[in-house]
Amino acid sequence: MQAFRYSQARSVEGAARLGGTFVAGGTTLIDLMKLNVLEPQQVVDINALPLSQVEDEKDGGLRIGALVRNSDLANHPAVKARYAVLSEALLSGASPQLRNMATTGGNLLQKTRCYYYRDVNYACNKRKPGSGCSAIDGYNRIHAVLGGSEQCVATHPSDMAVAMMALEAVILTSGPKGERRIPLNQFYLEPGTTPDKENVLAPGELITYATLPAASAGTKSHYLKLRDRQQYEFALASAAVLVRTNGGRIEQARIALGGVATKPWRSREAEQVLEGQPATEANFRKAAETAMAGAKALRDNGFKIELAKMAIVRALTVVTGTGAEA
Amino acid sequence: MDRLKNSLLDPRSDSTTTESPENETKNEMPPGRFSRRSFLTQLGAAGVAATAAATAAPLAHAAQSDEKKDERDRGPNTPPDAVPVTLNVNGKTHRVLLEPRVTLLDALRDHLQLFGTKKGCDHGQCGACTVHVNGRRVNSCLSFAIMHQADKITTIEGLAQNGEMHPVQQAFLEHDGFQCGYCTPGQIMSGAALLHEPIGADDNAVRAGMSGNICRCGAYVNIVAAVQQARKASV
Repeated sequence: MQAFRYSQARSVEGAARLGGTFVAGGTTLIDLMKLNVLEPQQVVDINALPLSQVEDEKDGGLRIGALVRNSDLANHPAVKARYAVLSEALLSGASPQLRNMATTGGNLLQKTRCYYYRDVNYACNKRKPGSGCSAIDGYNRIHAVLGGSEQCVATHPSDMAVAMMALEAVILTSGPKGERRIPLNQFYLEPGTTPDKENVLAPGELITYATLPAASAGTKSHYLKLRDRQQYEFALASAAVLVRTNGGRIEQARIALGGVATKPWRSREAEQVLEGQPATEANFRKAAETAMAGAKALRDNGFKIELAKMAIVRALTVVTGTGAEA
Repeated sequence: MDRLKNSLLDPRSDSTTTESPENETKNEMPPGRFSRRSFLTQLGAAGVAATAAATAAPLAHAAQSDEKKDERDRGPNTPPDAVPVTLNVNGKTHRVLLEPRVTLLDALRDHLQLFGTKKGCDHGQCGACTVHVNGRRVNSCLSFAIMHQADKITTIEGLAQNGEMHPVQQAFLEHDGFQCGYCTPGQIMSGAALLHEPIGADDNAVRAGMSGNICRCGAYVNIVAAVQQARKASV
Protein backbone atom coordinates (compact mmCIF):
# COMPACT_ATOMS: atom_id res chain seq x y z
CA MET A 1 0.00 0.00 0.00
CA GLN A 2 1.27 3.46 -0.85
CA ALA A 3 1.97 5.77 2.06
CA PHE A 4 -0.38 8.70 2.62
CA ARG A 5 -0.95 11.72 4.84
CA TYR A 6 -3.57 11.04 7.50
CA SER A 7 -5.74 13.63 9.17
CA GLN A 8 -8.90 13.64 11.24
CA ALA A 9 -11.86 15.88 10.47
CA ARG A 10 -13.40 17.53 13.50
CA SER A 11 -16.35 19.20 11.75
CA VAL A 12 -18.35 18.68 8.57
CA GLU A 13 -17.14 22.04 7.21
CA GLY A 14 -13.59 21.13 8.14
CA ALA A 15 -13.86 17.78 6.36
CA ALA A 16 -14.95 19.45 3.15
CA ARG A 17 -12.08 21.95 3.42
CA LEU A 18 -9.41 19.32 4.18
CA GLY A 19 -9.96 17.66 0.85
CA GLY A 20 -8.52 14.22 0.17
CA THR A 21 -10.29 10.88 0.33
CA PHE A 22 -12.68 10.35 3.21
CA VAL A 23 -12.44 7.17 5.30
CA ALA A 24 -15.24 6.01 7.58
CA GLY A 25 -15.58 2.23 7.96
CA GLY A 26 -12.74 1.67 5.54
CA THR A 27 -14.10 -1.64 4.27
CA THR A 28 -14.06 -0.54 0.63
CA LEU A 29 -11.26 2.02 0.72
CA ILE A 30 -8.65 -0.01 2.58
CA ASP A 31 -9.48 -3.17 0.60
CA LEU A 32 -8.78 -1.29 -2.66
CA MET A 33 -5.76 0.57 -1.29
CA LYS A 34 -4.16 -2.82 -0.56
CA LEU A 35 -4.70 -3.69 -4.22
CA ASN A 36 -3.31 -0.34 -5.37
CA VAL A 37 -6.59 0.31 -7.17
CA LEU A 38 -7.02 3.44 -5.07
CA GLU A 39 -3.94 5.40 -4.05
CA PRO A 40 -5.01 8.57 -2.25
CA GLN A 41 -2.19 10.82 -1.10
CA GLN A 42 -4.37 12.26 1.65
CA VAL A 43 -6.84 10.29 3.76
CA VAL A 44 -9.30 12.16 5.97
CA ASP A 45 -10.80 10.18 8.85
CA ILE A 46 -14.40 11.38 9.32
CA ASN A 47 -15.36 9.00 12.14
CA ALA A 48 -15.45 11.76 14.75
CA LEU A 49 -18.13 13.76 12.92
CA PRO A 50 -21.56 13.94 14.62
CA LEU A 51 -23.38 11.98 11.90
CA SER A 52 -24.25 8.77 13.75
CA GLN A 53 -27.91 9.31 14.58
CA VAL A 54 -31.11 7.83 13.19
CA GLU A 55 -33.87 10.36 13.82
CA ASP A 56 -37.57 10.65 13.08
CA GLU A 57 -38.48 13.57 10.85
CA LYS A 58 -41.56 15.75 11.46
CA ASP A 59 -43.25 14.46 8.30
CA GLY A 60 -42.95 10.87 9.51
CA GLY A 61 -39.84 10.12 7.53
CA LEU A 62 -36.41 9.08 8.78
CA ARG A 63 -33.08 10.92 8.77
CA ILE A 64 -30.06 8.62 8.78
CA GLY A 65 -26.61 9.99 9.56
CA ALA A 66 -23.92 9.04 7.04
CA LEU A 67 -21.85 7.43 9.79
CA VAL A 68 -24.58 5.14 11.11
CA ARG A 69 -23.10 1.63 10.94
CA ASN A 70 -24.91 -0.85 8.68
CA SER A 71 -25.64 -3.20 11.60
CA ASP A 72 -27.12 -0.41 13.72
CA LEU A 73 -29.29 0.75 10.86
CA ALA A 74 -30.48 -2.78 10.07
CA ASN A 75 -31.47 -3.44 13.68
CA HIS A 76 -32.96 -0.02 14.42
CA PRO A 77 -36.56 -0.43 15.65
CA ALA A 78 -37.87 2.34 13.36
CA VAL A 79 -36.25 0.73 10.32
CA LYS A 80 -37.52 -2.75 11.17
CA ALA A 81 -41.02 -1.41 11.77
CA ARG A 82 -41.43 1.03 8.89
CA TYR A 83 -38.81 0.19 6.27
CA ALA A 84 -38.46 -3.59 6.41
CA VAL A 85 -36.92 -3.78 2.92
CA LEU A 86 -34.00 -1.64 4.13
CA SER A 87 -33.35 -3.80 7.19
CA GLU A 88 -33.54 -7.00 5.10
CA ALA A 89 -31.24 -5.57 2.44
CA LEU A 90 -28.62 -4.53 4.99
CA LEU A 91 -28.72 -7.87 6.83
CA SER A 92 -28.27 -9.73 3.55
CA GLY A 93 -25.01 -7.95 2.83
CA ALA A 94 -21.42 -8.74 3.76
CA SER A 95 -20.71 -10.30 7.17
CA PRO A 96 -21.52 -9.28 10.74
CA GLN A 97 -18.02 -7.88 11.20
CA LEU A 98 -18.20 -5.82 8.01
CA ARG A 99 -21.69 -4.60 8.89
CA ASN A 100 -20.33 -3.31 12.20
CA MET A 101 -17.73 -1.26 10.35
CA ALA A 102 -19.50 -0.15 7.17
CA THR A 103 -21.43 3.12 7.19
CA THR A 104 -24.49 4.44 5.38
CA GLY A 105 -22.46 6.86 3.30
CA GLY A 106 -19.77 4.32 2.55
CA ASN A 107 -22.27 1.68 1.50
CA LEU A 108 -23.71 4.03 -1.13
CA LEU A 109 -20.21 4.72 -2.44
CA GLN A 110 -18.83 1.19 -2.45
CA LYS A 111 -17.01 0.11 -5.58
CA THR A 112 -17.75 -2.60 -8.10
CA ARG A 113 -16.52 -6.17 -7.54
CA CYS A 114 -15.49 -6.52 -11.19
CA TYR A 115 -12.39 -8.74 -11.18
CA TYR A 116 -10.65 -6.59 -13.75
CA TYR A 117 -11.31 -3.32 -11.92
CA ARG A 118 -9.80 -4.87 -8.81
CA ASP A 119 -6.66 -6.09 -10.59
CA VAL A 120 -4.34 -3.31 -11.78
CA ASN A 121 -2.71 -5.73 -14.23
CA TYR A 122 -5.82 -5.56 -16.43
CA ALA A 123 -7.10 -2.77 -18.66
CA CYS A 124 -10.03 -0.99 -17.07
CA ASN A 125 -11.82 2.13 -18.29
CA LYS A 126 -13.15 2.81 -14.83
CA ARG A 127 -9.67 2.90 -13.30
CA LYS A 128 -7.95 4.40 -16.30
CA PRO A 129 -10.35 5.98 -18.83
CA GLY A 130 -9.54 4.99 -22.37
CA SER A 131 -7.45 1.94 -21.48
CA GLY A 132 -10.14 -0.56 -22.47
CA CYS A 133 -12.60 -2.90 -20.75
CA SER A 134 -11.28 -6.37 -19.97
CA ALA A 135 -14.69 -7.66 -18.89
CA ILE A 136 -16.72 -7.20 -22.04
CA ASP A 137 -14.70 -9.87 -23.88
CA GLY A 138 -13.53 -11.57 -20.71
CA TYR A 139 -15.11 -13.48 -17.86
CA ASN A 140 -18.24 -11.49 -17.13
CA ARG A 141 -20.50 -13.73 -15.04
CA ILE A 142 -21.03 -11.10 -12.34
CA HIS A 143 -21.39 -8.17 -14.69
CA ALA A 144 -24.37 -6.02 -15.65
CA VAL A 145 -27.16 -6.80 -18.10
CA LEU A 146 -28.72 -3.35 -17.61
CA GLY A 147 -27.18 0.10 -17.89
CA GLY A 148 -23.89 -0.99 -19.41
CA SER A 149 -22.02 0.67 -22.25
CA GLU A 150 -19.29 -0.31 -24.71
CA GLN A 151 -16.80 1.01 -22.20
CA CYS A 152 -17.98 -0.59 -18.96
CA VAL A 153 -20.38 -3.26 -17.68
CA ALA A 154 -19.39 -3.26 -14.02
CA THR A 155 -22.21 -4.06 -11.58
CA HIS A 156 -23.00 -1.86 -8.61
CA PRO A 157 -22.83 -4.26 -5.66
CA SER A 158 -24.80 -2.54 -2.88
CA ASP A 159 -27.96 -4.06 -1.39
CA MET A 160 -28.74 -1.06 0.81
CA ALA A 161 -28.72 1.30 -2.17
CA VAL A 162 -31.26 -0.85 -4.02
CA ALA A 163 -33.63 -0.76 -1.04
CA MET A 164 -33.10 2.99 -0.67
CA MET A 165 -33.82 3.43 -4.37
CA ALA A 166 -37.17 1.66 -3.96
CA LEU A 167 -37.82 3.82 -0.88
CA GLU A 168 -37.05 7.02 -2.86
CA ALA A 169 -34.31 8.16 -0.48
CA VAL A 170 -32.81 11.63 -0.70
CA ILE A 171 -29.09 12.17 -0.05
CA LEU A 172 -27.89 15.25 1.79
CA THR A 173 -24.36 16.46 1.20
CA SER A 174 -21.98 19.18 2.32
CA GLY A 175 -19.16 20.43 0.11
CA PRO A 176 -16.98 23.37 -0.88
CA LYS A 177 -20.04 24.89 -2.57
CA GLY A 178 -22.31 24.39 0.43
CA GLU A 179 -25.13 21.92 1.06
CA ARG A 180 -27.46 20.21 -1.36
CA ARG A 181 -30.17 17.55 -1.52
CA ILE A 182 -29.87 14.86 -4.19
CA PRO A 183 -32.68 12.35 -4.79
CA LEU A 184 -31.04 8.94 -4.91
CA ASN A 185 -32.43 8.28 -8.38
CA GLN A 186 -30.31 11.22 -9.59
CA PHE A 187 -27.24 10.34 -7.53
CA TYR A 188 -25.71 7.52 -9.60
CA LEU A 189 -24.38 7.79 -13.16
CA GLU A 190 -24.35 5.05 -15.76
CA PRO A 191 -20.86 4.42 -17.18
CA GLY A 192 -21.54 5.68 -20.70
CA THR A 193 -18.26 7.10 -22.02
CA THR A 194 -17.08 8.13 -18.53
CA PRO A 195 -17.10 4.99 -16.35
CA ASP A 196 -14.75 6.68 -13.88
CA LYS A 197 -17.62 8.99 -12.89
CA GLU A 198 -19.99 6.90 -10.79
CA ASN A 199 -22.05 9.59 -9.07
CA VAL A 200 -22.69 13.33 -9.06
CA LEU A 201 -20.57 14.15 -6.02
CA ALA A 202 -18.05 16.93 -6.53
CA PRO A 203 -14.46 16.66 -5.20
CA GLY A 204 -14.50 17.27 -1.45
CA GLU A 205 -18.28 16.81 -1.20
CA LEU A 206 -19.30 14.72 1.82
CA ILE A 207 -22.50 12.72 2.23
CA THR A 208 -23.99 13.81 5.56
CA TYR A 209 -27.43 12.13 5.65
CA ALA A 210 -29.78 9.82 3.83
CA THR A 211 -33.44 10.66 4.36
CA LEU A 212 -36.43 8.44 3.75
CA PRO A 213 -39.96 9.70 3.16
CA ALA A 214 -42.69 8.57 5.53
CA ALA A 215 -43.80 5.00 4.98
CA SER A 216 -47.34 4.91 3.64
CA ALA A 217 -49.84 2.97 5.70
CA GLY A 218 -50.59 -0.52 4.50
CA THR A 219 -47.39 -0.83 2.48
CA LYS A 220 -45.44 -4.07 2.83
CA SER A 221 -41.85 -4.40 1.65
CA HIS A 222 -39.30 -7.16 1.08
CA TYR A 223 -35.75 -7.67 -0.18
CA LEU A 224 -34.92 -10.90 -1.99
CA LYS A 225 -31.28 -11.65 -2.75
CA LEU A 226 -30.15 -14.51 -5.01
CA ARG A 227 -26.56 -15.70 -5.03
CA ASP A 228 -24.43 -18.84 -5.18
CA ARG A 229 -23.98 -19.00 -1.40
CA GLN A 230 -26.55 -18.29 1.31
CA GLN A 231 -24.38 -15.70 3.05
CA TYR A 232 -21.36 -13.47 2.68
CA GLU A 233 -21.61 -12.93 -1.04
CA PHE A 234 -22.79 -10.28 -3.46
CA ALA A 235 -26.05 -10.63 -5.37
CA LEU A 236 -26.30 -12.27 -8.77
CA ALA A 237 -29.76 -10.74 -8.87
CA SER A 238 -31.86 -9.09 -6.18
CA ALA A 239 -35.19 -7.30 -5.92
CA ALA A 240 -36.44 -4.67 -3.47
CA VAL A 241 -40.20 -4.38 -3.62
CA LEU A 242 -42.80 -2.26 -1.85
CA VAL A 243 -46.49 -2.97 -2.41
CA ARG A 244 -49.72 -1.50 -1.11
CA THR A 245 -52.77 -3.62 -1.90
CA ASN A 246 -56.47 -3.03 -1.46
CA GLY A 247 -58.85 -5.98 -1.73
CA GLY A 248 -56.42 -8.05 -3.77
CA ARG A 249 -55.62 -5.19 -6.14
CA ILE A 250 -52.25 -3.41 -6.20
CA GLU A 251 -52.64 0.28 -5.39
CA GLN A 252 -48.95 1.17 -5.43
CA ALA A 253 -45.80 -0.76 -6.26
CA ARG A 254 -42.10 0.02 -6.25
CA ILE A 255 -39.50 -2.25 -7.76
CA ALA A 256 -35.71 -1.85 -7.69
CA LEU A 257 -33.08 -4.33 -8.82
CA GLY A 258 -29.59 -5.17 -7.64
CA GLY A 259 -26.79 -7.35 -8.96
CA VAL A 260 -27.83 -6.85 -12.58
CA ALA A 261 -27.09 -3.22 -13.39
CA THR A 262 -24.36 -0.62 -13.38
CA LYS A 263 -26.26 1.30 -10.72
CA PRO A 264 -29.16 0.49 -8.37
CA TRP A 265 -31.96 0.02 -10.88
CA ARG A 266 -35.49 1.31 -10.33
CA SER A 267 -38.04 -0.03 -12.81
CA ARG A 268 -40.95 2.38 -13.11
CA GLU A 269 -42.10 0.53 -16.22
CA ALA A 270 -42.62 -2.63 -14.21
CA GLU A 271 -44.44 -0.68 -11.49
CA GLN A 272 -46.85 0.78 -14.04
CA VAL A 273 -47.71 -2.72 -15.26
CA LEU A 274 -48.77 -3.63 -11.72
CA GLU A 275 -50.61 -0.57 -10.50
CA GLY A 276 -54.38 -1.09 -10.43
CA GLN A 277 -54.03 -4.75 -11.33
CA PRO A 278 -54.88 -7.84 -9.28
CA ALA A 279 -51.97 -9.26 -7.29
CA THR A 280 -51.56 -12.47 -9.28
CA GLU A 281 -48.52 -14.42 -10.38
CA ALA A 282 -49.40 -13.75 -14.01
CA ASN A 283 -49.24 -10.00 -13.40
CA PHE A 284 -46.04 -10.34 -11.41
CA ARG A 285 -44.56 -12.19 -14.36
CA LYS A 286 -45.71 -9.45 -16.77
CA ALA A 287 -44.04 -6.84 -14.57
CA ALA A 288 -40.85 -8.90 -14.46
CA GLU A 289 -40.75 -9.24 -18.25
CA THR A 290 -41.18 -5.48 -18.56
CA ALA A 291 -38.43 -4.77 -16.05
CA MET A 292 -35.90 -6.86 -17.96
CA ALA A 293 -37.05 -5.94 -21.47
CA GLY A 294 -33.94 -3.87 -22.20
CA ALA A 295 -31.46 -6.33 -20.71
CA LYS A 296 -28.40 -7.26 -22.78
CA ALA A 297 -26.60 -10.52 -22.12
CA LEU A 298 -22.84 -10.86 -22.29
CA ARG A 299 -21.09 -14.17 -22.80
CA ASP A 300 -21.37 -15.40 -19.19
CA ASN A 301 -24.20 -13.47 -17.53
CA GLY A 302 -27.26 -14.18 -19.66
CA PHE A 303 -28.73 -16.31 -16.89
CA LYS A 304 -29.18 -13.12 -14.86
CA ILE A 305 -32.03 -11.97 -17.08
CA GLU A 306 -34.30 -14.88 -16.16
CA LEU A 307 -32.94 -14.93 -12.61
CA ALA A 308 -33.87 -11.28 -12.10
CA LYS A 309 -37.37 -11.95 -13.42
CA MET A 310 -37.74 -14.79 -10.95
CA ALA A 311 -36.48 -12.57 -8.16
CA ILE A 312 -39.15 -9.98 -8.97
CA VAL A 313 -41.93 -12.58 -9.14
CA ARG A 314 -40.82 -14.27 -5.91
CA ALA A 315 -40.39 -10.98 -4.02
CA LEU A 316 -43.83 -9.78 -5.09
CA THR A 317 -45.33 -13.14 -4.14
CA VAL A 318 -43.81 -12.92 -0.67
CA VAL A 319 -44.76 -9.31 -0.05
CA THR A 320 -48.37 -9.76 -1.15
CA GLY A 321 -48.67 -13.01 0.76
CA THR A 322 -50.18 -14.67 -2.27
CA GLY A 323 -48.02 -17.75 -2.36
CA ALA A 324 -45.83 -20.14 -0.40
CA GLU A 325 -43.22 -18.77 2.00
CA ALA A 326 -40.07 -17.50 0.29
CA MET B 1 -6.86 -30.74 29.72
CA ASP B 2 -5.18 -28.57 32.37
CA ARG B 3 -2.09 -27.91 30.28
CA LEU B 4 -4.32 -27.08 27.33
CA LYS B 5 -6.40 -24.80 29.53
CA ASN B 6 -3.27 -23.08 30.83
CA SER B 7 -2.03 -22.39 27.34
CA LEU B 8 -5.41 -20.90 26.45
CA LEU B 9 -5.28 -18.60 29.46
CA ASP B 10 -1.74 -17.55 28.62
CA PRO B 11 -1.28 -17.86 24.87
CA ARG B 12 2.43 -17.19 25.22
CA SER B 13 3.02 -20.27 27.30
CA ASP B 14 4.86 -23.04 25.58
CA SER B 15 3.30 -26.33 26.51
CA THR B 16 6.73 -27.82 27.02
CA THR B 17 7.61 -25.41 29.82
CA THR B 18 6.55 -25.93 33.38
CA GLU B 19 6.23 -22.27 34.42
CA SER B 20 2.89 -21.47 35.95
CA PRO B 21 0.85 -18.76 34.16
CA GLU B 22 0.08 -17.00 37.46
CA ASN B 23 3.69 -15.87 37.71
CA GLU B 24 3.36 -13.69 34.63
CA THR B 25 1.33 -10.55 34.04
CA LYS B 26 -0.68 -10.51 30.86
CA ASN B 27 1.09 -9.73 27.61
CA GLU B 28 4.55 -9.59 29.15
CA MET B 29 7.51 -11.81 28.36
CA PRO B 30 9.62 -12.02 31.53
CA PRO B 31 13.36 -11.78 30.93
CA GLY B 32 14.94 -15.11 30.24
CA ARG B 33 11.61 -16.62 29.21
CA PHE B 34 12.21 -19.05 26.42
CA SER B 35 9.36 -19.94 24.09
CA ARG B 36 9.14 -21.73 20.74
CA ARG B 37 8.33 -18.42 19.12
CA SER B 38 11.36 -16.57 20.47
CA PHE B 39 13.58 -19.55 19.62
CA LEU B 40 12.38 -19.69 16.02
CA THR B 41 12.56 -15.92 15.67
CA GLN B 42 16.20 -15.99 16.63
CA LEU B 43 16.89 -18.92 14.32
CA GLY B 44 15.51 -16.89 11.47
CA ALA B 45 17.53 -13.85 12.42
CA ALA B 46 20.76 -15.73 12.96
CA GLY B 47 20.32 -18.05 10.02
CA VAL B 48 22.13 -20.81 11.89
CA ALA B 49 21.14 -23.95 13.73
CA ALA B 50 20.53 -23.85 17.48
CA THR B 51 23.39 -22.12 19.25
CA ALA B 52 24.10 -20.51 22.59
CA ALA B 53 23.37 -17.16 20.92
CA ALA B 54 19.83 -18.32 20.27
CA THR B 55 19.18 -19.13 23.92
CA ALA B 56 20.52 -15.75 25.03
CA ALA B 57 18.38 -13.85 22.51
CA PRO B 58 14.92 -13.84 24.17
CA LEU B 59 15.75 -10.66 26.08
CA ALA B 60 16.14 -8.73 22.82
CA HIS B 61 12.80 -10.03 21.60
CA ALA B 62 11.08 -9.00 24.82
CA ALA B 63 12.47 -5.47 24.47
CA GLN B 64 10.47 -4.92 21.27
CA SER B 65 7.22 -4.85 23.24
CA ASP B 66 8.21 -1.88 25.43
CA GLU B 67 5.13 0.12 26.06
CA LYS B 68 6.52 3.62 25.99
CA LYS B 69 7.59 4.60 22.51
CA ASP B 70 8.11 8.21 21.60
CA GLU B 71 10.53 10.20 19.49
CA ARG B 72 13.49 8.92 21.52
CA ASP B 73 12.69 5.39 20.36
CA ARG B 74 12.91 6.33 16.71
CA GLY B 75 15.70 4.18 15.38
CA PRO B 76 17.41 3.47 12.05
CA ASN B 77 14.64 1.01 11.16
CA THR B 78 11.75 3.30 12.02
CA PRO B 79 10.02 4.51 8.84
CA PRO B 80 10.42 8.27 8.40
CA ASP B 81 6.70 9.00 8.42
CA ALA B 82 5.93 6.85 11.45
CA VAL B 83 4.00 8.80 14.08
CA PRO B 84 3.22 8.10 17.75
CA VAL B 85 0.03 6.06 18.07
CA THR B 86 -1.62 5.10 21.35
CA LEU B 87 -3.60 1.88 21.44
CA ASN B 88 -5.61 0.49 24.35
CA VAL B 89 -5.53 -3.28 23.94
CA ASN B 90 -6.87 -5.75 26.48
CA GLY B 91 -6.88 -3.09 29.15
CA LYS B 92 -3.28 -1.98 28.61
CA THR B 93 -2.12 1.22 26.96
CA HIS B 94 0.57 0.82 24.32
CA ARG B 95 2.46 3.63 22.64
CA VAL B 96 4.05 2.74 19.33
CA LEU B 97 5.51 4.50 16.31
CA LEU B 98 3.45 3.57 13.26
CA GLU B 99 2.98 4.70 9.69
CA PRO B 100 -0.66 5.67 9.08
CA ARG B 101 -0.96 2.81 6.57
CA VAL B 102 -0.32 0.11 9.21
CA THR B 103 -3.56 -1.83 9.68
CA LEU B 104 -4.87 -2.61 13.14
CA LEU B 105 -4.12 -6.27 12.40
CA ASP B 106 -0.47 -5.61 11.55
CA ALA B 107 -0.10 -3.29 14.54
CA LEU B 108 -1.38 -6.00 16.88
CA ARG B 109 0.83 -8.71 15.45
CA ASP B 110 3.99 -6.94 14.28
CA HIS B 111 4.20 -4.09 16.76
CA LEU B 112 2.49 -5.36 19.92
CA GLN B 113 3.51 -9.01 19.57
CA LEU B 114 -0.08 -10.12 20.05
CA PHE B 115 0.01 -13.03 17.64
CA GLY B 116 -3.33 -14.58 18.54
CA THR B 117 -5.16 -12.55 15.90
CA LYS B 118 -4.47 -14.14 12.52
CA LYS B 119 -4.02 -12.84 9.00
CA GLY B 120 -6.05 -15.05 6.66
CA CYS B 121 -7.04 -13.12 3.56
CA ASP B 122 -6.12 -9.56 4.62
CA HIS B 123 -9.19 -8.32 2.70
CA GLY B 124 -12.13 -8.77 5.06
CA GLN B 125 -13.26 -11.98 3.39
CA CYS B 126 -12.40 -14.66 5.97
CA GLY B 127 -12.77 -13.29 9.51
CA ALA B 128 -9.52 -14.73 10.88
CA CYS B 129 -8.56 -11.21 11.95
CA THR B 130 -11.70 -10.61 14.01
CA VAL B 131 -11.18 -8.50 17.14
CA HIS B 132 -13.51 -6.41 19.29
CA VAL B 133 -13.48 -2.63 19.05
CA ASN B 134 -15.54 -1.19 21.90
CA GLY B 135 -17.11 -4.62 22.30
CA ARG B 136 -18.15 -5.04 18.67
CA ARG B 137 -16.63 -7.53 16.29
CA VAL B 138 -14.71 -6.10 13.33
CA ASN B 139 -12.13 -7.21 10.78
CA SER B 140 -8.87 -5.68 11.96
CA CYS B 141 -7.32 -6.08 8.51
CA LEU B 142 -9.57 -3.41 7.02
CA SER B 143 -8.89 -0.63 9.49
CA PHE B 144 -5.83 1.53 10.12
CA ALA B 145 -4.41 1.34 13.64
CA ILE B 146 -4.17 5.13 13.76
CA MET B 147 -7.96 5.32 13.49
CA HIS B 148 -8.42 3.55 16.85
CA GLN B 149 -6.60 5.70 19.37
CA ALA B 150 -9.82 6.49 21.23
CA ASP B 151 -11.06 2.90 21.20
CA LYS B 152 -11.01 -0.06 23.55
CA ILE B 153 -9.61 -3.03 21.65
CA THR B 154 -9.96 -6.64 22.75
CA THR B 155 -8.06 -9.50 21.15
CA ILE B 156 -8.23 -13.24 21.77
CA GLU B 157 -5.48 -12.81 24.34
CA GLY B 158 -7.77 -10.56 26.36
CA LEU B 159 -10.91 -12.65 26.37
CA ALA B 160 -10.27 -14.75 29.47
CA GLN B 161 -10.70 -12.76 32.69
CA ASN B 162 -9.21 -13.44 36.14
CA GLY B 163 -7.91 -16.85 35.09
CA GLU B 164 -11.35 -17.94 33.89
CA MET B 165 -12.01 -18.94 30.30
CA HIS B 166 -14.69 -17.08 28.41
CA PRO B 167 -17.80 -19.27 27.95
CA VAL B 168 -17.12 -19.40 24.22
CA GLN B 169 -13.55 -20.60 24.81
CA GLN B 170 -14.82 -23.27 27.19
CA ALA B 171 -17.48 -24.36 24.71
CA PHE B 172 -14.97 -24.61 21.86
CA LEU B 173 -12.93 -27.02 23.97
CA GLU B 174 -15.90 -29.12 24.99
CA HIS B 175 -17.28 -29.33 21.45
CA ASP B 176 -13.94 -29.77 19.66
CA GLY B 177 -14.69 -26.60 17.68
CA PHE B 178 -11.37 -26.50 15.83
CA GLN B 179 -8.86 -28.66 13.91
CA CYS B 180 -5.81 -26.72 12.76
CA GLY B 181 -6.78 -23.79 14.95
CA TYR B 182 -5.93 -21.01 12.52
CA CYS B 183 -9.46 -19.62 12.16
CA THR B 184 -10.19 -20.31 15.81
CA PRO B 185 -9.25 -17.02 17.47
CA GLY B 186 -11.43 -15.22 14.95
CA GLN B 187 -14.25 -17.73 15.45
CA ILE B 188 -14.10 -17.34 19.21
CA MET B 189 -13.97 -13.53 19.05
CA SER B 190 -16.91 -13.60 16.65
CA GLY B 191 -18.90 -15.96 18.84
CA ALA B 192 -18.17 -13.93 21.97
CA ALA B 193 -19.51 -10.79 20.32
CA LEU B 194 -22.50 -12.64 18.92
CA LEU B 195 -23.67 -13.31 22.48
CA HIS B 196 -24.60 -9.61 22.67
CA GLU B 197 -26.24 -9.32 19.26
CA PRO B 198 -29.87 -9.83 18.26
CA ILE B 199 -29.48 -13.23 16.60
CA GLY B 200 -32.32 -15.75 16.30
CA ALA B 201 -32.30 -18.79 18.55
CA ASP B 202 -32.01 -21.58 15.98
CA ASP B 203 -28.90 -23.13 14.42
CA ASN B 204 -29.56 -21.49 11.06
CA ALA B 205 -29.49 -18.10 12.74
CA VAL B 206 -26.13 -18.97 14.33
CA ARG B 207 -24.80 -20.09 10.95
CA ALA B 208 -25.82 -16.76 9.48
CA GLY B 209 -24.47 -14.94 12.52
CA MET B 210 -21.11 -16.68 12.21
CA SER B 211 -20.98 -16.43 8.41
CA GLY B 212 -18.17 -13.90 8.57
CA ASN B 213 -15.72 -16.56 9.75
CA ILE B 214 -14.53 -19.19 7.32
CA CYS B 215 -13.02 -22.53 8.40
CA ARG B 216 -11.03 -24.40 5.77
CA CYS B 217 -10.92 -27.52 7.98
CA GLY B 218 -14.69 -27.57 8.04
CA ALA B 219 -15.24 -27.55 11.81
CA TYR B 220 -18.51 -25.70 11.30
CA VAL B 221 -20.83 -28.25 12.87
CA ASN B 222 -18.88 -28.18 16.12
CA ILE B 223 -18.46 -24.40 15.96
CA VAL B 224 -22.23 -23.93 15.77
CA ALA B 225 -22.69 -26.34 18.66
CA ALA B 226 -20.09 -24.50 20.71
CA VAL B 227 -21.65 -21.11 20.09
CA GLN B 228 -25.11 -22.44 20.94
CA GLN B 229 -23.79 -23.84 24.20
CA ALA B 230 -22.13 -20.57 25.09
CA ARG B 231 -25.37 -18.71 24.40
CA LYS B 232 -27.25 -21.01 26.78
CA ALA B 233 -24.51 -20.65 29.39
CA SER B 234 -24.67 -16.85 29.18
CA VAL B 235 -28.41 -16.52 29.59
